[in-house]
Parts: sequence; C-alpha cells; structure tokens
Amino acid sequence: MINDLPLPVTNDPVDHGFWASALQSQLVVQRCSGCRLLRFPPRPMCPKCQSSDSGWQVMSGRGKVWSFATPASPLLPAFEALTPYVTAVVSLDEHEDLRVVGPLLLAPGGDIQGVRADQLSIGQAVSIEFKRLADDVALPCWVLEPSGRQGE
Amino acid sequence: MLKDQTAIVGIGETRFAKRLEDTEWALACQAIKAALDDAGIDPSEVDAMGCFNQETTPEFDIARSLGFGDVHFFNQVAHGGGAACGVLGQVAMAVACGVANVGVVWRSRKRGDPSKRQWAGVQPRIADHWKWSRPHGLLRPVDEVAVTMRRYMHEFNVTREQLATVALSQRAYANNNPKAIMADKTLSLDDYLSGRMISDPLCLYDNCLESDGAIALVLVRSTDVDRHQQPVYLHAFSQGMSPQHQLMTDYHGHNPLQSSSWTTAANLWRQSDIQPSDIKLAQIYDAFSPMILYCLEAYGFCGRGEAADFIADGGMSQQGRLPVNTSGGSLSEVYLHGMNLLTEAVRQLRGEAANQVAAADSCLVATCDSTPNGAVVLRR
Ligand SMILES: [Zn+2]
Repeated sequence: MINDLPLPVTNDPVDHGFWASALQSQLVVQRCSGCRLLRFPPRPMCPKCQSSDSGWQVMSGRGKVWSFATPASPLLPAFEALTPYVTAVVSLDEHEDLRVVGPLLLAPGGDIQGVRADQLSIGQAVSIEFKRLADDVALPCWVLEPSGRQGE
Repeated sequence: MLKDQTAIVGIGETRFAKRLEDTEWALACQAIKAALDDAGIDPSEVDAMGCFNQETTPEFDIARSLGFGDVHFFNQVAHGGGAACGVLGQVAMAVACGVANVGVVWRSRKRGDPSKRQWAGVQPRIADHWKWSRPHGLLRPVDEVAVTMRRYMHEFNVTREQLATVALSQRAYANNNPKAIMADKTLSLDDYLSGRMISDPLCLYDNCLESDGAIALVLVRSTDVDRHQQPVYLHAFSQGMSPQHQLMTDYHGHNPLQSSSWTTAANLWRQSDIQPSDIKLAQIYDAFSPMILYCLEAYGFCGRGEAADFIADGGMSQQGRLPVNTSGGSLSEVYLHGMNLLTEAVRQLRGEAANQVAAADSCLVATCDSTPNGAVVLRR
C-alpha cells in the first residue's frame, strides 16, 4: 500500500491543459472548436460533433454541491490521516452537467481534514480553490460559501 | 434471436468462506468439475469457455487442468461486477450460433485477504479516468456509490431505515441457507443502525462480504438437452452501457442516476416474451445495497423513486411481490462478483433452492448498476 496520497498523471496531452491551468489556480474545461460544447473530464474527441480540435475555457469556479461522501476506515494511510473529510461532486454554475469532484474546505485556505457531513448540504454554493500537492499537481478543492447563495 | 436457444444444464460451486486454503486456480477447477458432473458431461466435450478479465483464472490453465479437448470459443468480459451475465450471454451466443457446442463459464476469487482489495493496490500516480476522483478522496467503490446514494436519498426522501431493508431481507434469506457465510449470524435493525459507517450514508452492512470461493455453470444448445438434465433456458440477454458512462464514477452525464442498467433493461425487455409484471423473482448484483433500489427502478419493477417504499413494504422478501437475492446474495451468502446470483436463479427454477419461491418459473438476473453491465431472463 502506498503511504502518500495518489496523484494524477499530469503530462497526458489530452488533459495537460487542465493541470497546467490548475497550477495557475484557474479552473478550465475543454471547449470544442467545432460546436463549442463544453466537456469535462477531458477527452480527445467531441462526443457531439466528433471534432478533435478543442481549446480550454476558463470557468467562474463557482458551483453547487450535487452530492458528497464522507469516507471512513479502512482507507489508504494518507486518507486515514485526513479523516474526517468530505469529498463533493459539484455542478458548475456555467452548466449543471459539468461536474467536478473535489475535497471540501470550510473556509478559504482551510484544511481537507476536519470536515463533517453535517457541515454541508446538497445544493449549497461553493467556489474553487487549488491545493498544491506536488510540483506538477494542484488539486481542485471546493470551499463552502459563507451564506446567501443557496442553490435549488 | 437468442431466445430459448440455449439452456443451463449444470451448476457447481466450492465451499464459501472468509478464507480457503486452495488457490483460485484450484478452486476454479473444482467448481467447473462439479458443474460438469451436475450436467453429466465429460470435460473433453467442453469447447466454449467464458470468464472475467479482472483477476482472471486463464482459459488455458483451466483447459489443460480439466482435460478439455479442442476449444473453439473463449471470451473474457470486463468490468468485474458488471460481467457475469455478459460472460454467460456471450458463450450462449457462440453455442446458439453453432460456433461451439458445450460452454463453461466460471468465477474464482479470493478476496478474504484485505491486501487483495483493489483500492489497496492504488499506485502513486493515476493515469486513467480515476485521476479525476481518487486523489480527491473517492478512493473505493463504496465511496463512489455513497455519492449517488446520498443524492438519491435527497431527491426521493429515502431514509436509512428504508435502505436497511436490503441488508435485513438478504440476511434473513442467508439465515435459512446453510451454504451462506452469514448462515448463523442474524441481523436486526438496531444492529444495522449502530453499525459503523464506511462511507456515509453507507454502513458496514451495506457492503458485500469479502470472501473466497468459485462457481461455474454449463450451457448447451436447447436441442442438445438430454433426458437426465433439468434445463433452465436463457430466454433473453443484453449488455448495456449508457451514453457518457464513466466507470464507477458515472457523474458526468446528464442524469447520473440514470445508469447503464436502464440501457440494459430496455434492450432486455425488447427481446423478452416475459415482462417485468410476469417475473416472479430477481437476483440483483449487490456489492452495495443501493444497487438493489437502482435496479428495481431501472428494470421496471417500480417507478422512479419508489423502490425504497417497495422494499420497506416487504416487496423483496420471500412472501413479497418480487423476492430478491434469495440465497443471501453478495451481502450475506458470498461475494463472487455476482456469479452466485446466477446459480441461485437456476436452483430456484429447478425448484431446489433453500428459500424456494412458490411457482418460480422465470427469474431476472442483473449485474452491477455502476459499471457497464448485463442481464439475463432465465425460465424453466
Ligand atoms: Zn463538438
């Protein structure tokens, strides 16, 4: 069993642009050059028009919690050390079918560790923050917005 | 069409346990030999073979151990819990078409050892689609299903008490099945509600067993069934993968709660003279208990969001509208990637099950809701 958090491969030409933007704290998704369809996670071809040409479009980084899980033991050691934590699936405000997974933070700059299920609910507004885990990896995380912008 | 052209004429299995001494290879051989003995068929007659591609026990190892002759068809089906009906259905198509004559399908697996759990083997860098969820904290299949179940509970006002019905019903079946690993362990609602959370809202009892064992089935053309055999016919078969499906983390389509089971179900019922209202019982893949709710709706036994009420009202119990997982299933009999669901369906249709359903003349068997999957309708 590995002791550190598993990390994504970031030099795959299909999704390198996502990870490069993440290092700049920007959330991007693919935009088809043919039909302008936005898609995430990245793929080499547009499922709507079959174009292989695409660019990266910057998102607002705001969304609403679609659902979430609170994993508990038994886990890999690195995740055991993070419990309690919450991982959320978030629908982006630009389009609800664009969903991005990320650990939840209670405040900007907050920790992944120490978040409990009763501290959030489905539909709650969140905004993105990237946590640097390696030279090439900034992981998308979701920060709970303090109030007001409840969804649904 | 494939309809009724092939029949299952033999089933075989090893003992089931948390830990068995024999290797997966040896267990596979024992189960296949038992299935061939049950069918009264000599190993030298087998010429079609089907198995899982995940943690496989390879065809050549099986054939050269059991003494098969010239083999003419072999397939391996992907996606673990989604594979069992695909393995059976693809061999059935080869046999029905005359490519081969006698088919054997099997699953052998030792999962009792915690180091064998797939998530325990996650590598430091992830290259495939799991790069979009595992580093973020969704490490295990149970976490991936917890996400959809929390959403399902939110959309349809489902409670944990309702979900508990799956684990409790299946444990009650297992308590009357001497082969079940949980045969002697009862489960109450209090036990369930005080069980530790594995990935909220899923607790220990919503998870399948981790166990060792092997299971095999033998299949021939219906015209080749002899008078010593008790055939169970493969009436309808489909595999299914929905648009935009992503394995286990199927969160990126238009409606993540409309799984590949909906695709499989539509094409299965299209081919079947036996419709959901005619089906007397079902065996539904249950690595995690929510999959029962999802499949009851996908396969048309209840409307959207109605499955929790259906089971809470006793619908999946032995006296209910649709007894489900009557051997105890993966939650309480044995976890062998759902192959025990197929053998239990055969026993029910032969009239020799531990929890025999009266007048069982047809059975749905459905595989993993969260992966590309498959299903069959079996009939007497
Ligand atoms: Zn396009």
